[in-house]
Amino acid sequence: MGLTSFLKSRLVPEALHKQINHIGKPMGTLGYDPWGYNNETFKYGFSLTKPIYEKYFRTEAHGVDHMPAEGPVLIVGNHSGQLPIDGLLVGYALASREKNPRIPRAMIERFFPTVPWLGNLLNEVGAALGDPVNCARMLANNEAIIVFPEGIRGSGKLYRDRYKLQRFGCGFMHLAIKYKAAIVPVGVVGCEESIPAIANIKPLAKALGLPYLPVAMPVILPAKVHLNFGAPMYFDGEDISEEQIKERVEQVKTEIKRLIDKGLAERKGVF
Amino acid sequence: MTDATTKQRKPHILVTGAAGALAQQVIKRLRATCSIVAVDAREQVYLGDDIPSYCIDFNQRIFEDLFRRYPFDSVIHLGRISSSQLTRMRRYNANVLGTQKLLDLSHKYGISRILVLSTYHVYGAMAYNPGLIDEAAPMKSAGLSADLIDSVELENLANLYLWRFPELNISILRPCNIVGPGVRNTMSSVLSSHRAPVLAGFSPMMQFIHIDDMADAIVLASQKPVRGIFNVAPDDWVAYQRALKICGCKRIPVPSIPPVLPKLISRALRLRSFPAHLMDFFKYPVVIDGRGFSEEFGFKPKRPLKEIFRFYRDNKTPL
Repeated sequence: MGLTSFLKSRLVPEALHKQINHIGKPMGTLGYDPWGYNNETFKYGFSLTKPIYEKYFRTEAHGVDHMPAEGPVLIVGNHSGQLPIDGLLVGYALASREKNPRIPRAMIERFFPTVPWLGNLLNEVGAALGDPVNCARMLANNEAIIVFPEGIRGSGKLYRDRYKLQRFGCGFMHLAIKYKAAIVPVGVVGCEESIPAIANIKPLAKALGLPYLPVAMPVILPAKVHLNFGAPMYFDGEDISEEQIKERVEQVKTEIKRLIDKGLAERKGVF
Repeated sequence: MTDATTKQRKPHILVTGAAGALAQQVIKRLRATCSIVAVDAREQVYLGDDIPSYCIDFNQRIFEDLFRRYPFDSVIHLGRISSSQLTRMRRYNANVLGTQKLLDLSHKYGISRILVLSTYHVYGAMAYNPGLIDEAAPMKSAGLSADLIDSVELENLANLYLWRFPELNISILRPCNIVGPGVRNTMSSVLSSHRAPVLAGFSPMMQFIHIDDMADAIVLASQKPVRGIFNVAPDDWVAYQRALKICGCKRIPVPSIPPVLPKLISRALRLRSFPAHLMDFFKYPVVIDGRGFSEEFGFKPKRPLKEIFRFYRDNKTPL
């Protein structure tokens, strides 16, 4: 047995192989989809995320069954923690649920596709460029997509602003209405404490072409993570004003805030 | 009414770019049912006694004599000089001015169907490209590379004629990478080589269409006069480096940071199969949505990626 086969047999046991294949994501003949998702790479990613999800962050996911089994879905949550660990954990929670698992897509910052190796790797495990056109095409293909409408305003915020929801972009609501997609709100608690940042070195970040550069400890702390999924929200009406869109975004934001508060009330300690 | 008038007349078709493998596949499919005249600006090719073949520059006055001599019904314009051939100026003359002459003559002589072969390169390769680019997406390549300006200009020109002269029934086809036996473009040279350059850390999603499938697509389109712009690509995708692996190419990584470095290397070494102006196509995905064409013309590619790559794996000699 070669090294590759050995590693594969250890990382991707037969049961996992069958589990992921059973989800039946639409792909081309060589196992890729148009955005670069690759089933084989996803299996490795899933296997490597398992201990991170279960052992390191000891993640507790509640209400994961609220996620519709099929059709277009936007999983909308609060963004935090400098690195997109929240997206990883939400994705794993949905892909590993027992009944009707789904492999959600994540919309990533425009910076990532320009980074060698990392950009392709993220694509292969299901992430795609956070572009409204991409999101629309994926919804049209009945995908489930993880969206953080706060964007870098949320992930790059400092520790002192933890659990304060930043301004939400409205693009996700327009898309949800247009593609009749369910919005599943999720409140993420714990990621704020995984990389607490005390400052952001903006000039250096700008010079390096990074969205932000936090002053933080060079470790990811094993804070316990609580994920609270809410009931799906449906919005209809084609031709509505931007004011009404904002009201609906506020409704989603309020629900996410409620789910965050629920998670904060549930947790007995940061770790 | 005489027999001669009741007998159905074969449609007359002018096929440009006749020296290319794709044009020859198209001619092979149409020669039984149509009267074909072949023309190429580069060389004269022998295509059998039944097919008149000419080597004419479209910008020469003698080109009009073809229209005077043959009562063409359709034009299949496959004679676009690819971005890796000739100089910018000569390409501009051939692709833009030559096409303009072709379209003017088509209008003058009452042609009722024109197919123009373009390329997916017109969309341009950049990090912010969404997946499944449709035909309405902007053609960004002119702003990204001066070597692709003529390709965009050719399309703009065809577009202009498409709307100004609807009776010409112009369709512009933007295929993904055309590959397969006899194809001499950049991608085909890369896949058929023993050692293929890759940008370290980048393996963009790509689409490939077999030359026979592309020829089928052109024949289908030539038979249905629907105006418009259409992407032509199968619903199948593969990462570039994976494609090379399946084709049996040894991957040679080229430093990718800073972005100017691989371009300098390409220019310094004069890598024909890895030209500097197409470098970003080896870095960022340009995945097009071919569903519009498939639905409109009932097109379904028959050769899967595995078959395409098997050909390159089994034929590791320069084409």
